[in-house]
Amino acid sequence: MKLVTGKAYVYGNNIDTDQIYPGRYLDLVDPMEIGKHCMEGADASLVKKLSPGDIIVAGRNFGCGSSREHAAISLINAKVSAVVAESFGRIFYRNAINLGLSVLVCSDITKKINNGDILEVNFLEGYVKNKNSGEVIQGEKISDYIRDIIDSGGIKPLFKKITSNQG
Amino acid sequence: MHVLEKILARASGKDKVTTGEIVNAKVDFAEVNDLYLQTIYSFYEMGGNKVWDKDKLCFVFDHYAPTPTIKAAQSHKEMRKFVEEQGLTHHFDINAGVCHQVMPESGVVWPGMILVATDSHTTTHGAFGAFGTGVGATDMATIMISGQLWFRVPEVINIEINGNTQPGVMAKDVILHVLGTLGSDVAVYKAIEFTGTYIDDLGVAERMVICNMAVEMGAKTSYMKPNQKVLDYVHNRSNKEFNLLETDPDFEFAKTYSFEISNLCPQVAMPHNVDNVISIVDVPKVKVDQAFIGTCTGGRIEDIEEATKILKGKKINPTTRLIIIPASNEVFLEAMKLGYVKELVKAGATFSTPGCGPCLGAHEGVLAPGEVCVTASNRNFPGRMGSTEASLYLASPATVAASALTGELVDPRLLLKEDYAYETSNG
Ligand code: SF4
Repeated sequence: MKLVTGKAYVYGNNIDTDQIYPGRYLDLVDPMEIGKHCMEGADASLVKKLSPGDIIVAGRNFGCGSSREHAAISLINAKVSAVVAESFGRIFYRNAINLGLSVLVCSDITKKINNGDILEVNFLEGYVKNKNSGEVIQGEKISDYIRDIIDSGGIKPLFKKITSNQG
Repeated sequence: MHVLEKILARASGKDKVTTGEIVNAKVDFAEVNDLYLQTIYSFYEMGGNKVWDKDKLCFVFDHYAPTPTIKAAQSHKEMRKFVEEQGLTHHFDINAGVCHQVMPESGVVWPGMILVATDSHTTTHGAFGAFGTGVGATDMATIMISGQLWFRVPEVINIEINGNTQPGVMAKDVILHVLGTLGSDVAVYKAIEFTGTYIDDLGVAERMVICNMAVEMGAKTSYMKPNQKVLDYVHNRSNKEFNLLETDPDFEFAKTYSFEISNLCPQVAMPHNVDNVISIVDVPKVKVDQAFIGTCTGGRIEDIEEATKILKGKKINPTTRLIIIPASNEVFLEAMKLGYVKELVKAGATFSTPGCGPCLGAHEGVLAPGEVCVTASNRNFPGRMGSTEASLYLASPATVAASALTGELVDPRLLLKEDYAYETSNG
């Protein structure tokens, strides 16, 4: 999850979790099935267009609204490699980190990226390179605590270590 | 330090915490709702065996009560098995209600506690002076194992609300006005304290409405200093002994926003954003297909009472459906005892099982494309209550009831006047 390259799909502000993953599918548990409805409320055509590694770029408050982890699960299983947004809803951000989805805060990103641009995202260094324009856009660096989670490959492997040490 | 910082300091075994610091805090109570079977899978996947404390974790079956699909039924079945195997002290099955109502009712919420639930509206419990916050399934599974969660100590902003509302204007109108003014991302990653003369003496139900919708501004948690009404409520339901914490006099809020609400009119959040708020007097003519009173925002006895005042002895518009879902069985019983249920059913309302109902589009009143619903709930995102092509207008229970009567979005103050005879277009 450190360095990814893919095509950008750009969205506006306040893409909430009902748009990322509509409530009517919350009873699904198979991750692949969950992936099929990714972003359906915002852009029902996206799933068909996505290629593995593609990147979602959004304005402020991406993932606001409900705490459903399905939102992050659907993005991961639709093979979205990273989400770069001007800010994130807090619970979505935690869910994404816990599950190993790269999420990067980058102010003004929607002004600097066009739909379809090819981006390189360096998550640990916190920058985005627009391969079409050559511009490098610096985002926020992650905290040490979050880096720990990521270095372990998500919160689950980190916790497994703890529980197995307890015997 | 702010009270919220003192709560985090206590729970993480520190004398002092500062904004931005990450702490590992002990959770006093955790709740999983019935969308989150994943928590159990993740619990075992991470090596969990027994939950950290069987008295401090509960499941609430509210989103799918009673189950609308085989998949949801399977979730309930597996959760019940887990509850039984783990011997959890508290369990709220389909005969309880919405988690944010049944937890305070059952006495597990108290001032100064940390409450974490798999639901974003856990900010509701700021009404009781608790630090309430929502998390996803994986975070919850880590709590089920360890009883702890990492928190970033948030900045606290102050939303000061002064004045008294006019008749027909409810707490829901006040918070919609605040939301419309400040926007849906004003408090992302921050905590909100609500202060001011309006809040000081406010009743428990109204406080819950305001703290409930704090999350629609992005807040991590919300807080109100408990007043006597809150303390009485908690003492009547819980044996828990707690110290009332105070914010230090030298504490400075990251920001203060002030509101004066004495002249406020009923408010409406227009489709499709919670902060797209205008005054009812500026709302264009909107034909209403469905009116909905219920949820963790608008399903309490006070809300049903307000609806009864408007609808008693009348009939709703024949082209409009009115769905009423009490937030809990306790609320339902109270509404029956007071005769509200009878009056409302006679007026043409449809009652349904206490729980979330159609709030998140799962069942019991989802909308078809092109339909319009005026609702006492808290979110109007596209697709929230069924079709992405339906339109949701958020309003107070009074406005919802009045709109059911007239068949179009209407100012409830017109109908609360004794001498007002409203002529519906259908005679
Ligand atoms: S009533 Fe609505 S907002 Fe409240 S917990 Fe249920 S689905 Fe969520």
